[in-house]
Amino acid sequence: MTDIDTEKRIVVVEREIAYPPERLWRALTQPHLMEEWLMKNDFAPIVGHQFKLRGEWGGVLDCEVLEVEPQRMLSYTWDFASDDPAFALESVVTFTLTPTASGTHLRMEQAGFGPAQKQAYGGAYAGWKQFLDKLEQVSAQID
Amino acid sequence: MTPLGPDLLFKTLADPTRRALFERLCREGEQTVGALTARAGVSQPAVSKHLGVLRDAGLVCDRHEGRQTHYRALPGALAPLLDWTSQMAGFWERRFDDLEDLLKRMDQ
Repeated sequence: MTDIDTEKRIVVVEREIAYPPERLWRALTQPHLMEEWLMKNDFAPIVGHQFKLRGEWGGVLDCEVLEVEPQRMLSYTWDFASDDPAFALESVVTFTLTPTASGTHLRMEQAGFGPAQKQAYGGAYAGWKQFLDKLEQVSAQID
Repeated sequence: MTPLGPDLLFKTLADPTRRALFERLCREGEQTVGALTARAGVSQPAVSKHLGVLRDAGLVCDRHEGRQTHYRALPGALAPLLDWTSQMAGFWERRFDDLEDLLKRMDQ
């Protein structure tokens, strides 16, 4: 599980949603609804709009709307600024909605540069402390 | 390599005393329970209990030598936490669970 620092990675999560695209689109683009499933935000479905997603753990993501195709596709940047390369993240999130007989097929693709692994295992462990301190914050999210 | 997911690792390392013990084993290599207790600020039974939890999570392993028990860190167990793709996939799966719940509640 050794990652090259600048290796580009893609995460794809897909789900069959039992509701039509119109309803799903509202949940994806209306701030008060986004807050219920994603995070607090000041989103607006306008290309070029810059907004922030604020996680309950105190983290803030810097985002910018890249593409908006109502009820079909939504794309925005998803960046986490950090002096520590183990946490810095620059990525793009793209939601694609496809109507189906029973509702909507939702596809989420997140592509970008994930956190750089500080060093291979088995060597020096300087830097673990900061990493592990973050764990405490992140663990608050876990039920 | 632990087959256990990140959630257990997060929970195991969320305790500051336990995390400090793990960090020391990472930084300083194998040590006895006695040596760890001397600088842990908690009793030996408490240290032993923390080490047991770390062992169950696959973060440390123990070795018996005479009357002493030596522990060492298995930092490879942290690999799931550093696997960005599996972390993010888990994040989105949970978000989509919440999204479906919201869609059910939304007004038509």
